[in-house]
Amino acid sequence: MKRQDDFESRRAHLKGMSDEELKTYFWQLAQQVVDPLLELGYKNTSPAIERSVLLRMGFSSLEAKPMVEQAIAHNLISHGVGNVVYRLSKATGMSIRDAGVALSRGELWDQAEKLF
Amino acid sequence: MSDYKLIKNERIDVEEILKDLEHYHPRRRGWTWRQPAPAEQLKQGPFRYRDISANMEGDSVGLMTAHYFDNIDPQPMPTITTEIASGRFEDDIRRMRMAAHHGADHIMVIRTAGQSHFDGLIEGTPQGSGGVPITRKQVRAQRKALDMIEDEVGRPINYHSYVSGVAGPDVAVMFAEEGVNGCHQDPQYNVIYRNVNMVRSFVDACESKKIIAWADMAQIDGAHNANATAREAWKVMPELMVQHAINAAFSASVGIDKKQICLSTVPPTATPAPCVYMDLPYAVALRDLFTEYRMRAQMNTKYVESSTRDATVTHVLNMLISKLTSADIQSTITPDEGRNVPWHIYNIEACDTAKQTLLGMDGLMDMVQLKEDGPLRENARELKERAVLFFEEILAAGGYFNAVEQGFFVDSGIYPERNGDGICREIAGGVGAGTVFERAEDYMAPVTAHYGYNNVAQYDESAVNDPSKLIGGCTFEEPEKIIYIDELDEEDNVNVRMAETAQYRGKNCKTLKPEMEWQADGIVMVNLFFPAPRRIAEAAAIEAGRRMGLQDVEVISREIMQEAEGTRVEIKGRVDFDLDVDHLVIPEEPHVLTDAEIRADIERKPMTVVCGTVGNDEHSVGLREIIDIKHGGIEKYGIKVHYLGTSVPVEKLVNAAIELDADAILASTIISHDDIHYKNIANIDRLAKEMGVRDRLMFLVGGTQITPEIAVQMGADAGFGRGTKGIHDATFLVERRRELEAAGKWPK
Repeated sequence: MKRQDDFESRRAHLKGMSDEELKTYFWQLAQQVVDPLLELGYKNTSPAIERSVLLRMGFSSLEAKPMVEQAIAHNLISHGVGNVVYRLSKATGMSIRDAGVALSRGELWDQAEKLF
Repeated sequence: MSDYKLIKNERIDVEEILKDLEHYHPRRRGWTWRQPAPAEQLKQGPFRYRDISANMEGDSVGLMTAHYFDNIDPQPMPTITTEIASGRFEDDIRRMRMAAHHGADHIMVIRTAGQSHFDGLIEGTPQGSGGVPITRKQVRAQRKALDMIEDEVGRPINYHSYVSGVAGPDVAVMFAEEGVNGCHQDPQYNVIYRNVNMVRSFVDACESKKIIAWADMAQIDGAHNANATAREAWKVMPELMVQHAINAAFSASVGIDKKQICLSTVPPTATPAPCVYMDLPYAVALRDLFTEYRMRAQMNTKYVESSTRDATVTHVLNMLISKLTSADIQSTITPDEGRNVPWHIYNIEACDTAKQTLLGMDGLMDMVQLKEDGPLRENARELKERAVLFFEEILAAGGYFNAVEQGFFVDSGIYPERNGDGICREIAGGVGAGTVFERAEDYMAPVTAHYGYNNVAQYDESAVNDPSKLIGGCTFEEPEKIIYIDELDEEDNVNVRMAETAQYRGKNCKTLKPEMEWQADGIVMVNLFFPAPRRIAEAAAIEAGRRMGLQDVEVISREIMQEAEGTRVEIKGRVDFDLDVDHLVIPEEPHVLTDAEIRADIERKPMTVVCGTVGNDEHSVGLREIIDIKHGGIEKYGIKVHYLGTSVPVEKLVNAAIELDADAILASTIISHDDIHYKNIANIDRLAKEMGVRDRLMFLVGGTQITPEIAVQMGADAGFGRGTKGIHDATFLVERRRELEAAGKWPK
């Protein structure tokens, strides 16, 4: 879009504000812009987020990547891939580490699917 | 663990750093800000400072002129950044040590081209291009090296890289685990400049920022890129404020402490624009609005050309803006940024430029105040209003994503003007589109610092505020759980690269080769002037480089002096010879007597000298340093000094020596064009011989361009170059007189 500078007409409602009022208004608008973005983050996840969870659970990047890919293929990512590992470990009595390594090798996914 | 430590006069042993990396854990996490100098440090040498930070408690390299002032090395208040990423992290470690000694306490590592689009962590140590592949091994090695370097310089050093691209959360976790202290994180950067899908980018950013908050890292945004990208960079000022605010508000909402959220702010324009007049209102407007946040004063790179002088002036003008307003972190873009992947020497130059400039302006704001009215405040107010209007239109368009889709950002019109050249991205497009998944009701992640919905309660109500309790702690509490990967590629790794340059490494290495960025890269730079137009001068410079034996000769800068009269050309090239340290001719360090020995000899037999700066030369500082008692000059030993001043004709100097029955002439000669300094020496020698007094006068000459051996060839008894002190002259005088006396040749 092309547009001439219409600052003078647009600013009419800002003219009377003090610097402090303008600052407050600026931050109100900023918050309004970011609130829906924060909400998106609250409700959603992504492969990178799930990998980052698996890293924190003690898996390597090489293990985390196929686990997330398999979770997407098995339609389980919405439950959290860490959750898949956790439930599998509980259900099988395997350690978190062993359960995750098995999943990263492509094993036990059928069993995992049944847990959700 | 190895007990390896750095030793001041030994090169860092990178192989030692790489040993036992799998067992290394960082000593701390989080960012460290400089602290104001305690009262007793405000007085340094002969000066009193007002705005400095605490001294480095270990070794450092002061400014070049520090030797005039007891070698003081005061440190300005802002953190000083240096950006180091040559593509080989092992060589960058050496540069980090050099930079730390020159005052850098924020080491920023640029990522290799393309890492933003790599969906996961890179492992091992492959070579990079335009930066370094950021991997756990590379980060760990550099943090470990910096632990040692910070012990050596006596100041904490912040280590920094980027949490961006489609693997932001992965990288953030690795950084938190590895003790990285600062990072760039701004989802807008992904969207606008890396075409990462915007939904993915913001969803990922929530997680990344939560991790950054846990690790107490300082976070820097990416807004300065709008300035570097827009066609007319100064027109994006309202947008820059909007971008800063989006990332700042977003980050604070996720939980990062506002005092760790830094705006990457650039003075938007550069000369020949009246840049301070244009940039200052912007800087003031920004600081009016972002009172709770930190300022990382980035340097203008949009208008960096190939001249290092030109870039340095821009840097200095940018720091004037920092000083007139505020800066918590002062960036130092290397002055060769416009032509090279930066070289060692330019990292150091940029650090010194920052230290020199900020120290030079110490206390400025105790004397100077920004006006409360007039164009400064009017322009600042206008910019703020334009930014507010920008926000209003984002909301009217349906929010941030719609605004990006409609090309709101990086438009070169000064908002609300629009030129229709903004960057447009589609909500459903870009790298990683369609990879965001809604969390189910039972979604759960049993880890610390996880953002958003997390149904931990389904398993254990008591773990709601401590989800990693479910698994007995995650890597943030139990670092032993981190899985360390060494190398994945047998060919492309640090061991192979270091084996190739092994003969140049090691503390006892005797083989030298010039280098600019990598060990023994052989790169040299040559400055030439040709009395020819640009194109001819460039061709001549390349041919000259070839005849000097250089390979891969390239012109890296050219500057027209006058269309026909001449062009200055800088070339770089590569040499392929090695130098053997054992075969170098290294002049001996000047030997000195003790103060007491010299004094005793002068007491035994008084000594008189006449001195002056000869020729048409008004330099006086160097000679005064040699003679004045207050500078530790030769007067302090009781030597009687007759100082004749500057621009002293050589005849006058010799005549005065005769009239005063002096023992010695001390001539200073600084100006060196056409070798006039050496011609002056020959003239004094000839005149003294003609007048029959040469045998009863000692004749010493000094100056910054004096090579001692040549001075002696030209007729002096001794020559003294840069760095000479009074004690060197006094030692020579005393020892020479003793020699002559012993030989029965001293007439007095």
